[in-house]
Amino acid sequence: MKVVLRNPKRELDVPAPPNVGQLLRDLDVVPESVLVIRNDTLATHDERLSESDVVEIRPVVSGGTA
Amino acid sequence: MKCRRCREPAIIELRRHNAGFCRDCFVRHCREQVRRAIDEFSMMQPGEHVLVAVSGGKDSLGLWHLLRELGYDADGLYVGLGIGDYSESSASYARAFAHEHGAQLLEIDLVDTYGFDIPEGSLAARRVPCSACGLSKRHVFNEAAMTHGYDVLATGHNLDDEAAVLFGNVLRWQTEYLGRQHPVLPAAPGFVRKVKPLIRLGERELAAYCVVHGIDYIVEECPMAEGNRHLGYKEALNAIEERSPGTKAAFVSTFLERVHSRFVDEATGVRDDLRPCTTCGSPTPPSAAGVCAFCRMRARATGATIPVTAS
Repeated sequence: MKVVLRNPKRELDVPAPPNVGQLLRDLDVVPESVLVIRNDTLATHDERLSESDVVEIRPVVSGGTA
Repeated sequence: MKCRRCREPAIIELRRHNAGFCRDCFVRHCREQVRRAIDEFSMMQPGEHVLVAVSGGKDSLGLWHLLRELGYDADGLYVGLGIGDYSESSASYARAFAHEHGAQLLEIDLVDTYGFDIPEGSLAARRVPCSACGLSKRHVFNEAAMTHGYDVLATGHNLDDEAAVLFGNVLRWQTEYLGRQHPVLPAAPGFVRKVKPLIRLGERELAAYCVVHGIDYIVEECPMAEGNRHLGYKEALNAIEERSPGTKAAFVSTFLERVHSRFVDEATGVRDDLRPCTTCGSPTPPSAAGVCAFCRMRARATGATIPVTAS
């Protein structure tokens, strides 16, 4: 499956894990810090993944204090 | 996963609430949280003219959308900070939102109006970029809201922002800042009322709110914010939140309920001592020799001479 990462934008090809939660664990991503978007739709952590999926892992943490 | 409210398939899980929500119930949840924050802290009244500080990011565009959905008369204010392509790109998102939603967007360019940009201001004032940026935005937001006669200025500070700022203030026991950290800063001579209606929503919720509404926002982080202290605090808090969901919300809400009032006098004392800046008229502490920090930074960045009075 294809994984799109941001900051900087890049793509990874990885074997599809069983679900979104496992994908985040495999990539060592803190779930609270991202949204997972599959085919332009938000995906919960229990959603199953397949080899044909394209999943974006979008960071949600922004800096600045003003 | 099912939606906690209607049992339809969930699109997002919020561990803090131990719940999943479908699209419609999630949108309702976001609106309820903003409405509750506005009511709980008496932020604004229907009919008031609201200016929303918009950066092109998820929080400010989400806030603008939410306030309009809740029926508030809300215009946007975008400040061009002169941070290269990042500023160009972020402005385009703010303009696109305004165009698509038929909303009014005021634009102020730091270089055109004040003669310097954030990289120059940061260098000249020997401030880290986020400090120069924060100082500039606070000044320009307030000045614009006062000049254009808005009743209230709304900013997109969310629960994560407030938790991170609180964390930093507590680590250094900055008691004056603790007294000032509140979702509402009342109007005072020279100051418009400032409110933070997103205090009950995390930044993950704001990002999700934008995605489900098809609101395009700048996902890239400001290149000048990389590695800043605030981001480090958020990373630490998210690690704690991962082990103990709800910690960030409890940290902020308990502070506001039980602790904030203990430090209010320190912040009030500082505000009572302010006098007009001799250059721009903005409220300024007596220790600043008559000239506010923004005008001093501007003078250093542009090489202008400023009149300084004895404190």
